[in-house]
Amino acid sequence: MLSALWIIFLICALASDLISGAPYCVGTAALAGAARGAEIALSISGALCLWSGVNRVMEQAGLLSRLAALLRPVLGRLFPVSACDETCFSLLCGNLSANLLGLGNAATPLGIRTVQRMQQHSGSAGISDELCLFIVLNTASLQLIPSTAAAVRAGLGAVNAFDILPAVWLSSACSVLAGVLAARFFAAVTRR
Amino acid sequence: MIEFVIPLMLLAVSAAALHRKLDVFTLLTEGAQDGVRLLASVAPTLIILMTAVTMLQRSGFFSLAAPVLAPACHLLGLPEELAPLLLIRPVSASAALGVGAELMRVYGVDSRIGRTAAVMLACSETTFYAMSVYLGAAGVRRSRYIFPAALLADLTGYAMAGISVRLFFG
Repeated sequence: MLSALWIIFLICALASDLISGAPYCVGTAALAGAARGAEIALSISGALCLWSGVNRVMEQAGLLSRLAALLRPVLGRLFPVSACDETCFSLLCGNLSANLLGLGNAATPLGIRTVQRMQQHSGSAGISDELCLFIVLNTASLQLIPSTAAAVRAGLGAVNAFDILPAVWLSSACSVLAGVLAARFFAAVTRR
Repeated sequence: MIEFVIPLMLLAVSAAALHRKLDVFTLLTEGAQDGVRLLASVAPTLIILMTAVTMLQRSGFFSLAAPVLAPACHLLGLPEELAPLLLIRPVSASAALGVGAELMRVYGVDSRIGRTAAVMLACSETTFYAMSVYLGAAGVRRSRYIFPAALLADLTGYAMAGISVRLFFG
């Protein structure tokens, strides 16, 4: 996937450099870009490490399981079939809670086990509507604390790196809502 | 108000850990080591993809493609400077991080474009990556309506990023 992206970018860059007749600058741009990549990585490193530390504390302090318990009633209504299987449902709640807290390392393995368990239940070759909804929820962001975006802002000297929080919450809530509604709509349409 | 969300959260999380008789400081430093590992895994991708992205930017590709990309941005109510981010966000997290950081630096981190870029980064996921991981785990080839639904969620998020930045920052 990324190899294809790399080649496409290079071809487009070379082609537009030739077409636009600009001062043939892509060679210099390559080196400048690599340096920028390193600068960005360095500028977010502090905030990224701090937040990984906080994530570790959240996990060990049992916040993940507490949030999962809180989300159960809501998720039970979205995933009525999976809720009948206790193992599957607690994996599912764990994955979505970990996403919400920004615990990426915890979220992905839980999500993979949820998907496999759900697929076992449906049995058939196709995938169930609930599995589709679960994957859609995982492609939409549910993060409460956008630590990476805030780290970039802090690295560039923003007045208040976290002042984007309300805007992020509103946008991701609308995005998740749109995903759920779209999945439900398509599920209803394809059933008929 | 919002200034206190993070400090209060740090305090609450640490207090909850102390209540459970956990060694908070050691947990923080252990977690920070995870951060170092995370950085080590992100940095190489970030550097290589930023090389390609910067070549693309300086070659004038985006001004050549503007007639195609600008209408898409206008449709979502976003400034057309954000077109590169719109394209790369669902495909690669590292590249999007690089493009977003570059937009914030060029137009100002506290400008409308800079803030919208940050919100776009934060309110969405690397859709193609997440889809391929979970579809692979389920072992299915037909993804039914997952792609259009996920894309609709992404586009809603991007459009709302523009709207909410205007709403909260005028």
